[in-house]
Amino acid sequence: MSGHIVPKKTYYTIFLLLMVLLAVTVLIAYLDLDHATGIGGLNIIVALSIAFTKMMLVVLYFMHMKWSSKLTWVFGGASILWLAIMLVITLADYFSRGWVMFTNR
Amino acid sequence: MPGAANGVFEMPKVTYLNAQEGIKSWLLTGDHKRIAILYLISISIFFALGGVFASLIRIELLTPGPELDAEMYNRAFTAHGIVMVFMFLIPAIPAVLGNFLLPIMIGARDLAFPKVNLLSWYLYMIGGLLTLTAMLMGGVDTGWTFYTPYSTTYSQSYVFLTGLGIFIMGFSSITTGLNFVITTHKMRAPGMTWSRLPLFVWSQYATSLVMLLGTPVIAITVVLLAAERVFGVGIFNPNLGGDPVLFQHLFWFYSHPAVYIMILPAMGVISELIAAFSRRRVFGYSFVAFSSLAIAIFGFLVWGHHLFVSGQSAYAGIIFSLLSFIVAIPSAVKVFNWTTTLYKGSISYETPMLYALAFIGLFAIGGLTGLFCAALGLDVHITDTYFIIAHFHYVMVGSTVIAYLGGIHYWWPKMTGRSYPEFWGKLSAMLIYVGFNLTFFPQFILGYLGMPRRYHVYPPEYQVLNILSTAGASVLAVGFLMPVFYLLWSLKYGPIAGPNPWGAKGLEWETASPPPTFNFDATPIVTQEAYAYDAEADEAAYQAALQQDKR
Repeated sequence: MSGHIVPKKTYYTIFLLLMVLLAVTVLIAYLDLDHATGIGGLNIIVALSIAFTKMMLVVLYFMHMKWSSKLTWVFGGASILWLAIMLVITLADYFSRGWVMFTNR
Repeated sequence: MPGAANGVFEMPKVTYLNAQEGIKSWLLTGDHKRIAILYLISISIFFALGGVFASLIRIELLTPGPELDAEMYNRAFTAHGIVMVFMFLIPAIPAVLGNFLLPIMIGARDLAFPKVNLLSWYLYMIGGLLTLTAMLMGGVDTGWTFYTPYSTTYSQSYVFLTGLGIFIMGFSSITTGLNFVITTHKMRAPGMTWSRLPLFVWSQYATSLVMLLGTPVIAITVVLLAAERVFGVGIFNPNLGGDPVLFQHLFWFYSHPAVYIMILPAMGVISELIAAFSRRRVFGYSFVAFSSLAIAIFGFLVWGHHLFVSGQSAYAGIIFSLLSFIVAIPSAVKVFNWTTTLYKGSISYETPMLYALAFIGLFAIGGLTGLFCAALGLDVHITDTYFIIAHFHYVMVGSTVIAYLGGIHYWWPKMTGRSYPEFWGKLSAMLIYVGFNLTFFPQFILGYLGMPRRYHVYPPEYQVLNILSTAGASVLAVGFLMPVFYLLWSLKYGPIAGPNPWGAKGLEWETASPPPTFNFDATPIVTQEAYAYDAEADEAAYQAALQQDKR
């Protein structure tokens, strides 16, 4: 449980990493990756990937998930699964909105 | 009531109620039982306030014409919805009965985090008072659902302040859920295995999962609403690149599971009551336990049935309709198991049992009319009519409030050490049952005939049914007021109950009434299943006693 003692150095390293990732996020926002590479939506993919990485760093180190019991992992995993449920089912509405099901022809 | 009125019991000298004295010892307490009492008092006040707003609605609808103007009426029904949903129904059973009973039922000294528990009450009070302030300043006119674009762009009322209150109350819910989950995992007494947990604990556990996974979403939704309303960030407004239906998705991702936050703990209460007053172990224990988890999980997959007429894609509508029907299965599992528990049980009709039986009937109607609403085609006809109002009041009042009152009566002797007058208890239970049906059954018919919700005027042909409904509401109000008087009376004059006035099983009945601060003198060791009743032995003893009387 919370018994694990983490050296201060780890915390500082993670903090530094988070700050670097923050800087990268801001930098990327000024570049038009979609146009430069021709891959549609690349900007948002990169931004969300960085955000996900930052979240995982916070969860694993600052919130001690890395040293926690399997039960804690189940609960942590469930919260990500539930976020996925919300996003996937909501997007299912948006992606299928233009479809036409029945016509008179 | 066996043994209660005989005067054979004495009040324990030191209890959680008198272990420390003074208002400060209550406001800074870490004792889960005292926090439950704090919640009980504040929730009862908010319930009364919500009832006042309900009365305004029913008085307005007594006649087809306007008594209140449209604007005033909008604010009245919005206030009724917000107070009842966020300040009463969601916290009622978990924060009062759950807080009081969960640690005792699993043989623990307290919840895992007593200070976090106290924090949850303060968050609830701060959020509640902010919302109340907004109401005193003039209120909100958006309906309790805050649908965009009305709430973001057009409404001239106190949307932000009310939203802030709900945001803060959400954290009260999250902290309570967190405490319950961790306590159930970590603090069970030796021998209290998962398969020996009382079904009330199982239902609290399932509820806590919904609180933990759902509540953050409503918090974020309220923040997004404020971001658009106050700073003009484009989230829900199409002119700014947003989508108003997105609000409905996010809102109902929490608010539909919130229905299960209200009903699951109620089902837990009913499992306890049915077992205790039919003196039988709950039929199909593991099915009842796991159906709670099933409802908690499936409950997250059905929110789109609130969006059938919103412009949501027809394909999403079909999927949500199918998924919504699935929730009927675990709900029916519970109802069938309760009725099978009654079969060949040794049934007695004390007040809590009257509430439990009322629950089964009313929940059946509420649940089955839910299937009408889940059916994609039919729902287009009944959306935003009084049919919906009647349906969800059967679930929220007919089931949750009834179970809450049943639970309060059942555990009242445990909480206070004294019994209430049984005659008045039964009378009020029956008044509530009659008043409730008279209020809400006519609304099914009104809705089916096409009377829309949220209007202060209606065509004259709907008046007879509306008069019936308002008359029922008056009976209901009398039924709700009666317990206030006789329960308060019992605090001083009620007969001393003793540790187990109902002859029920469960750890909470093995400690004193009211319990000492740390619940048990020594940590109990559990060797039995939760409902080790023996109906046949009870029946044999009863028959033997009858024979003796004849001789």
